[in-house]
Amino acid sequence: MMSNTYTEEDLAKNLEEQDYKYGFTSDFKSDTIPVGLNEDVIRLISSKKEEPLWLLEKRLQAYRAWTTMVEPDWAHVNYKKPDFQAISYYSAPGQTKKYESWDDVDPEMKETMKKLGISMDEQQRLTGTAVDFVVDSVSVATSFKKKLGELGIIFCSFSEAVENHPELVKKYMGTVVPHTDNFYAALNSAVFTDGSFCYIPKGVRCPMELSTYFRINEGGTGQFERTLVIADEGSYVSYLEGCTAPMRDENQLHAAVVELISLDDAEIKYSTVQNWYPGNKEGVGGVFNFVTKRGLCEKNAKISWTQVETGSAVTWKYPSCILKGDNSIGEFYSVAVTNHFQQADTGSKMIHLGKNTSSTIISKGISAGQSQNTYRGLVQIHPGADNARNRSECDSLLLSDRSGAHTFPYIECKNSTAKIEHEATTSKIGEDQIFYCQQRGINEEKAIGLIVNGYCKEVLNNMPMEFAVEAQKLLEISLENSVG
Amino acid sequence: MEVVVDNKVLAFVADFKKPETISDVRKQAMDALSGMDFPTTRVEEWKYTRVAKYVKKKYKQVQASANVGEYTIADLNAHQLVFVNGYYDESLSTILEDDAVSIHKIDDLNEEYYADIVDGTSENVFSLINKAYQTGGVFIQIKKNKKANHPIHLMHILDGEEVIANARHFIQSETGSKAEVVATYHSKNSENSFTNIVLEGHIEANASLTINKFQTEAKNVLHISNELFIQDESSNFLINTITTGALLTRNGLDVIVEGENCHTEMNGAYLGTEKQHIDNHTIIDQLYSHCTSSEAYKGVMDDKSVGVFNGKVIVRQDAQKIAAYQSNKNILLSKTASVNSKPELEIYADDVRCSHGSTIGELDEEAMFYLQSRGISAASARQLLIAAFIGDILDKVQNEALRANIDKLFLEDFGWKF
Repeated sequence: MMSNTYTEEDLAKNLEEQDYKYGFTSDFKSDTIPVGLNEDVIRLISSKKEEPLWLLEKRLQAYRAWTTMVEPDWAHVNYKKPDFQAISYYSAPGQTKKYESWDDVDPEMKETMKKLGISMDEQQRLTGTAVDFVVDSVSVATSFKKKLGELGIIFCSFSEAVENHPELVKKYMGTVVPHTDNFYAALNSAVFTDGSFCYIPKGVRCPMELSTYFRINEGGTGQFERTLVIADEGSYVSYLEGCTAPMRDENQLHAAVVELISLDDAEIKYSTVQNWYPGNKEGVGGVFNFVTKRGLCEKNAKISWTQVETGSAVTWKYPSCILKGDNSIGEFYSVAVTNHFQQADTGSKMIHLGKNTSSTIISKGISAGQSQNTYRGLVQIHPGADNARNRSECDSLLLSDRSGAHTFPYIECKNSTAKIEHEATTSKIGEDQIFYCQQRGINEEKAIGLIVNGYCKEVLNNMPMEFAVEAQKLLEISLENSVG
Repeated sequence: MEVVVDNKVLAFVADFKKPETISDVRKQAMDALSGMDFPTTRVEEWKYTRVAKYVKKKYKQVQASANVGEYTIADLNAHQLVFVNGYYDESLSTILEDDAVSIHKIDDLNEEYYADIVDGTSENVFSLINKAYQTGGVFIQIKKNKKANHPIHLMHILDGEEVIANARHFIQSETGSKAEVVATYHSKNSENSFTNIVLEGHIEANASLTINKFQTEAKNVLHISNELFIQDESSNFLINTITTGALLTRNGLDVIVEGENCHTEMNGAYLGTEKQHIDNHTIIDQLYSHCTSSEAYKGVMDDKSVGVFNGKVIVRQDAQKIAAYQSNKNILLSKTASVNSKPELEIYADDVRCSHGSTIGELDEEAMFYLQSRGISAASARQLLIAAFIGDILDKVQNEALRANIDKLFLEDFGWKF
């Protein structure tokens, strides 16, 4: 007989049984270079991409810096360090010519996109979302380009930007995340293959959400994406990044760099749904997600990071804001779900340099199975940051007695006019909360769903509508049978 | 620890006296030291506290005498144990009649018992220097099921220039016992000295121990203390740490809860002026279920002072039904003062209620305005608000005689009335 009561143990059990839903492999030819990393490989990548000399110089500079660096081990995660000489650093889908129209695209690739639920045709018609789709490392389709072009908005792959707008790339690339920043940023700066580039001209409000779907496809290739978003004075853009990755048994490395530049009075809203393959129930396989994301705010500018993290075996990610200009605002909203043997060490850094700057950090962690979920954040108030304001809230929800939830906030204040508040809580779903719901005729399953949903609401509410729906869907998949 | 280039630690301890018979504890500490270096700010635990310029100095181990009259706490009526430069001075000490308390030299502490108690705990270079070259200290036993008749006052005095005080104490609160310890640190006749103290204890089942630590050393002293307490089931431990002295203070406090139904409470107040640097590092490690802990540290930083707080609560796997609370609040009185706060939670069990909070700010403008609009001068309003802020913590000091003494010193040093 089916039991109609749904307990927390059931939820935990369901979570454990939950397998990765989006695992599948597409079979199309890839142009992959041999494994290993040295200066020649970098020259090869650069020449394959027909890059200008200045970019090759930058890559080599980064590579030389990288060779002097050691892999950071301060994060609260345990994993077998990747062998950087066993990775192939370039993989492009099997064709080299650029597409003239959507019809020219490899049908199998279309199928991949369909499985991901982002049919271009449908998206163009229904959602009004321009998609820059990246399979492995080469951007293969860009839509709505014309409409954006009329407004002077540049939204293209990184390589196209290098070709067509070298002055912008040259001026801004590496200004927020210099190649010496950290081990993975240096590696990315040396070997990045492609990514997205976006420029919003002065005073323009981007009329649609810009989105990119990343997908790791070739077994054994690292994914080194580079994103650069520049919002010129008084402009606004909402940028969406989402990803799913197929089943793989070996660990795949993903070391992306995202740089945001928000000039005077501009605003960038950057939303991420991350669902790389997390490994199986035994903790075998899964993606290593070591990402450097950082934004720079000039006067009266605003950067808002929103992320829903449900995937990856190991996550190491701290979207940050440098609040350089007076009155600038930084925000970070995050939901991180870990299950099985996943490990996440994520959080945000808010660096207050300008006067009257303010920042908000809202972080919600949910750990199930035997996973470890860590919040690590930094709030730094510099001496010149008069009247700086920060509020941080980090809550952790534990769904299993084998999982862990950790909070490591760093708060550094060098200005007496600053006001900083940080609070954090760790607990499981309260029996009294479930009891309260049940008392009112809501069954336990629905109650747990309600509580988890309510718990994440503050973050999900900050996402653009259509993205919030996808995010909620991912949460549901990650915590299936607990929601609805 | 970092790779050692030329061993600074061995140079630092080169002139320290070695006793004729070397105990196991000393031997182990000496061995461990030979491979170590002093921490730099690259070491996570010392990220905000720089000791390099102090440890370059040569400190002397000198036996001296001191005038204890000015440090005696009126009406405390305590066993008064005096340590001058880390040497126990029997002639200055007063031990009262008390069948619940027996006081021994630290060297009388059973080494096997000690090794068993501290097994698995971590050491740092300073605690090892202390253990290797300690010059005295006491081993205090609170007898089973007895309540100490008098508080035990450990009075530490520095005397002379560039001296080091390496006193090491151990408190054994036997099953069901109850006692209060007051530890004070003074340095009126000393310049540029170094207090390197180790205070450890074992609180057995159902025992209760309260420690009040009050440090008012001169603002040229380096003060590093390493405190470690092990709690057995159903025990109760309260420690209040009040710091207004020393140029650089590092209070390292670890509590390991090795039994169910324990309660641990840590409170701290720190007031920094001039160029003082006050660092409070605490760890509460919960290994068993049904325990509660509460931690509240408050700081007021003025001038160019720096406050550091790093509190860690660890709840181990299967240590269920833990309620742990931690808070750190700071007020900055001057533009050049700064605070680094790092409250941490490391939780491996699910049925827990843990929370922490941290705030940094200046005095509330509205409260200042409110008081001034009622005819209270700005200076008095400021004093009133600070007193109310820090008073919360001082109220945790239940001993009236000690509290009166603290209030008196605060009035003399800061002009603050409670």
